[in-house]
Amino acid sequence: MLTLKQSRRLQSVVVGTLSWAVALLIFFPIFWMILTSFKTEMDAIATPPQLFFAPTLENYLHINERSDYFSFAWNSVLISFSATVLSMLIAVPAAYSMAFHESRHTKRTLLWMLSTKMLPPVGVLMPIYLLCKSMGLLDSRIALIVIYTLINLPIVVWMVYTYFKDIPVDILEAARLDGATTFQEIGRVLLPIARGGLASTMLLSLILCWNEAFWSLNLTSSAAAPLTALVASYSSPEGLFWAKLSAVSTLACAPILIFGWISQKQLVRGLSFGAVK
Amino acid sequence: MADLSIRNLQKGFDGHAIIQGIDLDVRDREFVVFVGPSGCGKSTLLRLIAGLEEVTSGTISLDGKDITDLAPAKRDLAMVFQTYALYPHMTVRKNLSFALDLARVDKATVKAKVDNAARILELERLLERKPKQLSGGQRQRVAIGRAIVRNPKIFLFDEPLSNLDAALRVQTRLELARLHKELKATMIYVTHDQVEAMTLADKVVVLNGGRVEQVGSPLDLYNHPANLFVAGFLGTPKMGFLRGTVGAVDGSSCEVQLEAGAKLTLPRQACGQKAGASVTLGVRPEHFNIVPAGEGQLQVVADVSERLGSDTYCHVRTANGEQLTIRVRGDFGPAYGQPLELAFDTAHCHLFDAAGVAIDKRSAAEQAA
Ligand SMILES: Nc1ncnc2c1ncn2[C@@H]1O[C@H](COP(=O)(O)OP(=O)(O)OP(=O)(O)O)[C@@H](O)[C@H]1O
Ligand SMILES: [Mg+2]
Repeated sequence: MLTLKQSRRLQSVVVGTLSWAVALLIFFPIFWMILTSFKTEMDAIATPPQLFFAPTLENYLHINERSDYFSFAWNSVLISFSATVLSMLIAVPAAYSMAFHESRHTKRTLLWMLSTKMLPPVGVLMPIYLLCKSMGLLDSRIALIVIYTLINLPIVVWMVYTYFKDIPVDILEAARLDGATTFQEIGRVLLPIARGGLASTMLLSLILCWNEAFWSLNLTSSAAAPLTALVASYSSPEGLFWAKLSAVSTLACAPILIFGWISQKQLVRGLSFGAVK
Repeated sequence: MADLSIRNLQKGFDGHAIIQGIDLDVRDREFVVFVGPSGCGKSTLLRLIAGLEEVTSGTISLDGKDITDLAPAKRDLAMVFQTYALYPHMTVRKNLSFALDLARVDKATVKAKVDNAARILELERLLERKPKQLSGGQRQRVAIGRAIVRNPKIFLFDEPLSNLDAALRVQTRLELARLHKELKATMIYVTHDQVEAMTLADKVVVLNGGRVEQVGSPLDLYNHPANLFVAGFLGTPKMGFLRGTVGAVDGSSCEVQLEAGAKLTLPRQACGQKAGASVTLGVRPEHFNIVPAGEGQLQVVADVSERLGSDTYCHVRTANGEQLTIRVRGDFGPAYGQPLELAFDTAHCHLFDAAGVAIDKRSAAEQAA
């Protein structure tokens, strides 16, 4: 028989091993992508797959020559951040009213908003394409910013709503009695308390915008094209070049990965700081 | 000045009437306590006064000015919440000064007021902490301080002590009573703890089902409850009730035949009932005596006893199954099932008519005085 202490230790070893296994499984494709990006095209398609090889930077040099990485990256940054800021500007007042001034229709509105996410985007491709075309917004950042804002809005409102719901309404009422206007109540009390949740919502929105490919591929060609379009341009016409594709994918993921990594610490601190009681 | 008057106030949520026509006056410098069972609408009434809920009908006016539809910020009232509702992201100092900062009071005045409130509540050493780093009692004091710095017309408290442990509750209760005197403030205080109501109030408002049952000074309510509800609600242990019928009546006494077996003669001038009317006799636990067999009026059987040291609360059952509680000396403890005999302190018995309304034992002349 194991003592309580021994069985605890055994349990933590088993759980630890399992979580590492799952984490590695999930991380493996990314690891392989990064590895492949440093291989020659020959090494990349070798069977059996090679774990050890002579690393090379030729893929990255090739991409640098063929396309203007920074223009694509700049578009990605601009579009993702603008869409995120815009959706927060809409979501915060919406979530505030739904969380703290609930009406008979609030629950239904929330569900209805989410239900719009069930429609496959391709279903509205035609009308939106034509709209953009007739407004002269094809290959423009504005079109993508507006579309990203709107497609992420339901999720953003939901997240902000759930974070707001965790905040006792007493605190806002206290502010109201202390003489705060609605703007002061939101700006000086609600937002600072919810900042951890708001930050993680913004991060999620950024990631979703960054990785969005359907609309960016269909509505942009060059001037407004973000990184997802750059990746796609390496996949089709001249057949598959695994190593170059891996390199460009790595370049496309890198900024948001690094950004997520940096903000992670901030996020964790923000989240625990938000604890009210 | 702070004279609040409420006229025919009603409030419903989704068609359910919660506050059903309340008339109430709160005078300047008064300590008014709302008591009542859970769900009777105490908090709702307080929130209506604060402006946190919209009035369905009726008026609230403060110093003659109608404030029924005024925004909470404009009413010049401060509220202390049961959950304290401190701003978690601000230091204690910022919590205290928030209202003044919003009102753009100059820095020196703000500092003076905050320091003064901190001194009164002994919060000086905690001013730079966040609420999370405070104990429950300290948070409570910050919440009170936040009200004090504003020097409001009326302080509103919604069960401010219910999250504190017993010892701290007693201490804070005393501090609140002291604050009320020192600040010469007008306070409205919601509680379901009748000890708080009895000890703090100048005026107690007993609410039940969204209506006022009775308003009066604590001792007035205790000694002259207007109906069965107030009689049963105030006082621990509860008043005992015995069903009976009125017997012979004359100008100075009134006979009551109890269903439990005894026949009492109550020395009261007014009985207001004809012979044969059914009534309820109410007797507080301290108005019974346990006497040797043959000397009392009512035979009962001891149920369990609660021995508190200073007193013993004997729960007893009458022959027809009515329950009573009797308060006796702490060194007395009857065995379970032991037969006992009770004598009534007939001068202190209450009488209620069939509808539960109290029959005043004072003569008409005395009542008027
Ligand atoms: N926002 C609301 N919507 C619907 N019903 C409500 C609302 N607020 C209160 N009520 C109802 O009004 C009644 C009175 O509530 P209230 O909070 O005033 O009671 P209370 O006397 O303060 O009770 P307690 O002692 O438990 O705090 C309750 O039945 C409650 O369900
Ligand atoms: Mg309440």
